[in-house]
Amino acid sequence: MFNYTFHWNQALKALPQMLDGALVTLKIALLSMAIGLAFALLLTLFRLSGSRILSGFARTWIEIARNTPALFQIYMAHFGLGSFGIHLSPFTALLAGIAFNNAGYLAENFRGALKAIPDTQTRAGRSLGMSAIQAFRLIVLPQMLRVAFLPITNQMVWAILMTSLGVTVGMNTDLAGVTQELNARSFRTFEFFAIAAVIYYAIAKVVTLAARLIAWRMFRY
Amino acid sequence: MFDTAMTANDLLFLLKGAGMTLAVTGVSVAAGTLMGVIFGVIRVQIGPWWAAPLTFLLDIFRSVPLLIQLVLGNAFQSIAKLGWAPFTTSCVILSLYTAAYCTEIVRGAIDSVPPTTRRAARSLGMTWAQDMRFIVAPLATRIALPSWIGLTLGVMKDSSLVLWLGLIELLRASQVLVTRLQEPLFILSICGLIYFLLSFPIARLGGYLEKRWSPND
Amino acid sequence: MIEIQNVRKSFGSLEVLKGIDLTVQKGEVVTVIGGSGSGKSTLLTCINGLEPIDSGRILVDGTEVHAKATNLNKLRQKIGIVFQQWNAFPHLTVLENVMLAPRKVLGMAKSEAEAMAVKQLTHVGLADKLKTYPSRMSGGQQQRMAIARALAMSPDYMLFDEVTSALDPQLVGEVLDTLRMLASEGMTMICVTHEMKFAREVSDRVAFFHKGVMAEIAAPAELFGAPKDPELQKFLAATH
Repeated sequence: MFNYTFHWNQALKALPQMLDGALVTLKIALLSMAIGLAFALLLTLFRLSGSRILSGFARTWIEIARNTPALFQIYMAHFGLGSFGIHLSPFTALLAGIAFNNAGYLAENFRGALKAIPDTQTRAGRSLGMSAIQAFRLIVLPQMLRVAFLPITNQMVWAILMTSLGVTVGMNTDLAGVTQELNARSFRTFEFFAIAAVIYYAIAKVVTLAARLIAWRMFRY
Repeated sequence: MFDTAMTANDLLFLLKGAGMTLAVTGVSVAAGTLMGVIFGVIRVQIGPWWAAPLTFLLDIFRSVPLLIQLVLGNAFQSIAKLGWAPFTTSCVILSLYTAAYCTEIVRGAIDSVPPTTRRAARSLGMTWAQDMRFIVAPLATRIALPSWIGLTLGVMKDSSLVLWLGLIELLRASQVLVTRLQEPLFILSICGLIYFLLSFPIARLGGYLEKRWSPND
Repeated sequence: MIEIQNVRKSFGSLEVLKGIDLTVQKGEVVTVIGGSGSGKSTLLTCINGLEPIDSGRILVDGTEVHAKATNLNKLRQKIGIVFQQWNAFPHLTVLENVMLAPRKVLGMAKSEAEAMAVKQLTHVGLADKLKTYPSRMSGGQQQRMAIARALAMSPDYMLFDEVTSALDPQLVGEVLDTLRMLASEGMTMICVTHEMKFAREVSDRVAFFHKGVMAEIAAPAELFGAPKDPELQKFLAATH
């Protein structure tokens, strides 16, 4: 059945290059999470604002992010914005696409987390003389982050997996991009991509483990 | 508003792409769900220790990017001289991918059936199979359905990645048109709208079921 | 001085306060008794502006609570309130719970806020629980923490909304003892309560609410000894 010789040595020689790519992957994922979290918070506040325009904007963002493929969102950033004369590099388009996706999913998680925190907590804060913003920032937000922590971790793993989509818009410095370039030169597809798979798996596991450690340190109550 | 060079034929081309998206999704979700139910029951039945290898194997499909899985699957079928068409390869990989997530859903749903209820069923003289069929299955289905709908929609969106293997599904069809007509925003917007129309109503149904069947609300 | 003048308040079509008049002097302890749904808890949340009112006025030291120009955040600093459900902040330790508002609202320095918090927690008998999270404490301890949290703002008035109703019977005593101590120190207090013995002991005056109306108000000896209102007579007969 197998009339094929595996060339693992040749592939393993490229390991340092691939690990460099893995660092880029991690960097994009972390950046996209930071941006995504900030926008998710903003969208959540928009939803709570009571303004129809702001909450409509937030809902539109969230529904598009959740009901279209991540790859579509990246294409939009890379090709679609071209209609406005905006030409994003593969890196920026990939980052923008993933951050957009993150923000939509995280905002939806935040909404669920907010529901889990009773109104009486805000009331207790307000009765101590806190302003609405203070009560949100000091009382509601920290508790919301705890409830949303697991979904945030899951989204981070998703962000890592999504970075691989960059290769479809010409990204060539992240793990998938580097692997694809090596593959194009050597045609050792299986070997290179198997090693990439192992590295992705390891990153995902390390991130999950790190998140558990952080949760254990942060949420002592 | 839009002065477009797009013709009715082009729109038909997009809709054919959407048909391909639905075909890949349909086959993968059907096969993946079947495997997921079997794996899920096995995992609950033999306990976490004996199921560890299966758990590990399925976890790989959830921790490695789908794109990498597709490339690996395609390379493997070529090495093994299976002679699979891209459609077959895509469906096989997506089915396994679906099965990995579905197993988790099924396991969680079965675990959510209170042991006391199951003991009551067995104490009435029901066999394991009867207990599974008449007690566990109806209760677990309710728990699992909203998540399963979410999974189906997820697979539909993720199926866009099969374009990497050369399948002309919805997103790839849009890309072809973009290259030819040079109207990226307009064509991608139509593509997004089609995805949205396929996904949003079902997502809403899932949200509704979740609310209605949630025992705490 | 808290002046409540002809206050009316409805939730939808249900009128819960039907023209309440009540003046509480500095240093006075007024308890409010009555059946559930009589509007007594709503009155408290109106006094510190957590609930809007439909008509009438509430004045605290001459400031109208529901006037547009009133800075509620400022006003609430001198009105402490403790709820039936103590509403501990679960993500903060006992000490942090009490320190939070003095630091962020009053702008106290950390050391100053900590000293204040330790003082108040010692006052309510929780000096040994400073680093504990609320979830590790009994309801009675959490309720005493909530009292210390309100006291740390150095309020001029304290409102207590059925603070023992959600507690297990054996924990009621420790919280009531804390209230008795505050009363004896001269704190101005309005207590909504179901504890008749407590109301009789600590109050300067007791008010009886029935269906949104203050049916009777008098010194405890008079109100419990010779109730005039027929509904109050029925209520007392049922609770004794």
